[in-house]
Amino acid sequence: MISFSNVSKRYPNSYDALTKVSFTIDSGEMVFVTGHSGAGKSTLLKLIGAIERPTSGSVIVNGQNVGALKGGAIPILRRNLGLVFQDHKILFDRSVFDNVLLPLQICGFDPKEASGRVRAALDKVGLLSKEKVKPITLSGGEQQRLCIARAVVNRPSILIADEPTGNLDSDYAHEIIDMFRSFHQVGVTVLIATHDAARLGGSQDRILALDHGALTV
Amino acid sequence: MRVWLSHHSYALLLALKRLSGNPFPSLLSIIVIGIALSLPAGGYMLLGNLQSLSGHISGSPQLSLFLAMDSKPTDVSQIGSRLKQHPLVSSFKFIPKDHALEQLKQGSGLADVVDSLSQNPLPDAFVINAKNTDPIVLDRLHGEIQKWPKIDHVQLDSSWAKRLDSLLTLGRLAVLMLAILLSFALVAVTFNTIRLQILTRLDEIEVSKLIGASNGFIRRPFLYFGAIQGMTGGIIAWLIIALGIYLSNNALADLAALYALDFRLQHLSSRDCMSLLLFSTWLGWMGAWLSVTSQLSQIETQ
Ligand SMILES: Nc1ncnc2c1ncn2[C@@H]1O[C@H](COP(=O)(O)OP(=O)(O)OP(=O)(O)O)[C@@H](O)[C@H]1O
Ligand SMILES: [Mg+2]
Repeated sequence: MISFSNVSKRYPNSYDALTKVSFTIDSGEMVFVTGHSGAGKSTLLKLIGAIERPTSGSVIVNGQNVGALKGGAIPILRRNLGLVFQDHKILFDRSVFDNVLLPLQICGFDPKEASGRVRAALDKVGLLSKEKVKPITLSGGEQQRLCIARAVVNRPSILIADEPTGNLDSDYAHEIIDMFRSFHQVGVTVLIATHDAARLGGSQDRILALDHGALTV
Repeated sequence: MRVWLSHHSYALLLALKRLSGNPFPSLLSIIVIGIALSLPAGGYMLLGNLQSLSGHISGSPQLSLFLAMDSKPTDVSQIGSRLKQHPLVSSFKFIPKDHALEQLKQGSGLADVVDSLSQNPLPDAFVINAKNTDPIVLDRLHGEIQKWPKIDHVQLDSSWAKRLDSLLTLGRLAVLMLAILLSFALVAVTFNTIRLQILTRLDEIEVSKLIGASNGFIRRPFLYFGAIQGMTGGIIAWLIIALGIYLSNNALADLAALYALDFRLQHLSSRDCMSLLLFSTWLGWMGAWLSVTSQLSQIETQ
C-alpha cells in the first residue's frame, strides 16, 4: 500500500514541484500518473523510492514512513520495489544479462538460482536471445524492456515505472503496457508515469492527474 | 549465512576481475607498495642478522677474573668448581700467574724488565665466557663474582657488546620510524588507486544504490581490492628482500672467509613473514576503507 498525505516537495532554489498531494493506492492496484512535462510525475515516483524526500507531509509505503527512513533502511525498502527510471540507468559496460543480474547480486542470491531468474525475466520481456550483447546495441524499445526485466527480476510487490513508453511508437508502447498489465494480473501493484495516459490507459484504469504539482483528479 | 557468503565471494571475484582487467596501473601500485615495504622490512632483517652476528663474535673473553695475591691452590680449585656449576658460565680458562708472566715476557719485549723482578707481580686469573651476551646479564654476573672470597678484581669486557646493543636499539628505532612513515605512504597509494577506481565507476555506484545496494555492498569490492593489492605488495617486498639476501650472501661469503667467520644473512622468520603479509594486507584494506568512506559520503551529499 502507498499513501501520500499532504505531500509537498520543493527542490532547492526552485518552486514547489508537488503541492499538498494526497492519495492512497491499495496493493494490487494499477495506476497511471499523468500530467504535462514538469508537472511533477517523476518527483512523485522518486518520493516512493526515497530517492527524494518530501519537504512536508508523509509518504507511507507498506506501513513505513519513507520520508523518515534512516540510511540503512533505504536499501532494504528499494530492494522490495521494482524501479524503471525515466533515464534508464543502464550500465553500458556490461552485458544485458549482467545488468539484470545486479539486483540479485545486491540481494545476495546464489549464482545458480540468480542466473535462472535472470533468464526468466529476460524471457518475459522477450530479450532472452540478446542476453550476451552489450546494451548499446539494443534499440530504444529493447533498452526499455531491459529496464523492465531488471525491475521485475527480484519479484517485487510494487512496480514503479517512469515513462516506460517514452519515444516508442504506439504499437510498441501498447506492448509494453500490456506487459505491465500481466504483472498487475499476478498481484503486483503497478504505478506508471506517462504524459500520454489517454492513449495508453484503458477505461477501467485509475489515473492520478498532476498539474503544476497539484492533483486534479 | 548464504547471503553473506555470496556477497563476499561476489566482492572478491569483482575485485580480482578489476585487478586483472586493468593490470598495468595495478602492477605499478603493487610495485610501489612492495618497495616501500621492503625498506623497513629489510632493515628489520639486517638488524636481526646483526644481533645474531654479535652472538657469533662473542668468542672473545667477556669477563676477566683476577684473584687476590695471597690466594692458594685450594682457593683456585674452589673458584674453578664454583664456575663450573654456575648456570651463566658457558666455559672458562685458568691462567696461572707464571703462565701470564711468561706471556708478558714473550709478547711485550719487556723480557729484561721481567727478568729483573724478584717476584711475580701478576695474580692468577680466570677468563670466562658467559652463556648470555646480554649486557644486563653480564653486569649481574660481574657483580655476583665480585663478592666471592679471594677475588681481587673482575673486569667486564662488554663495552663492545654494550656499544653494539645501543647501536641496535638506535637501528630498531630508525626502522620503526621508517615503517610508520612508509605505512602512511602505502595507505596513501591505496587511497589514491581506490579513489581513481571509484571515479570511473560512479555510474555503477549510482545505479546500484538506486536499486537497493547498501553502502557495505558498494564498499566491499574496493576493500578486497585494497587488501589484495596490499598483500601482493607484501609478497613483492618479501621477494625484494630475498633477492637482496641472495646477492649480498655471495659478496659476504668472500668477506666472511677473510675473517674466518661462517656468516650468511638469514631471511625473515616465517612468523615475521606472516606478520609482514598481514600488516600489508591490513594497510591496503585501511587505505581502501578510508578512500571509499570519504568518496561515498561525498557522493551522498551531492
Ligand atoms: N533535482 C532537481 N532540482 C531542482 N528542480 C528539479 C529537480 N528535479 C525536478 N525539478 C523540477 O521539478 C519540477 C517537476 O519535475 P519532474 O521531473 O517531476 O517533472 P515530470 O512531470 O517528470 O516531467 P517530464 O514529463 O518532463 O519527465 C520541474 O519544474 C523541474 O524543473
Ligand atoms: Mg519525469
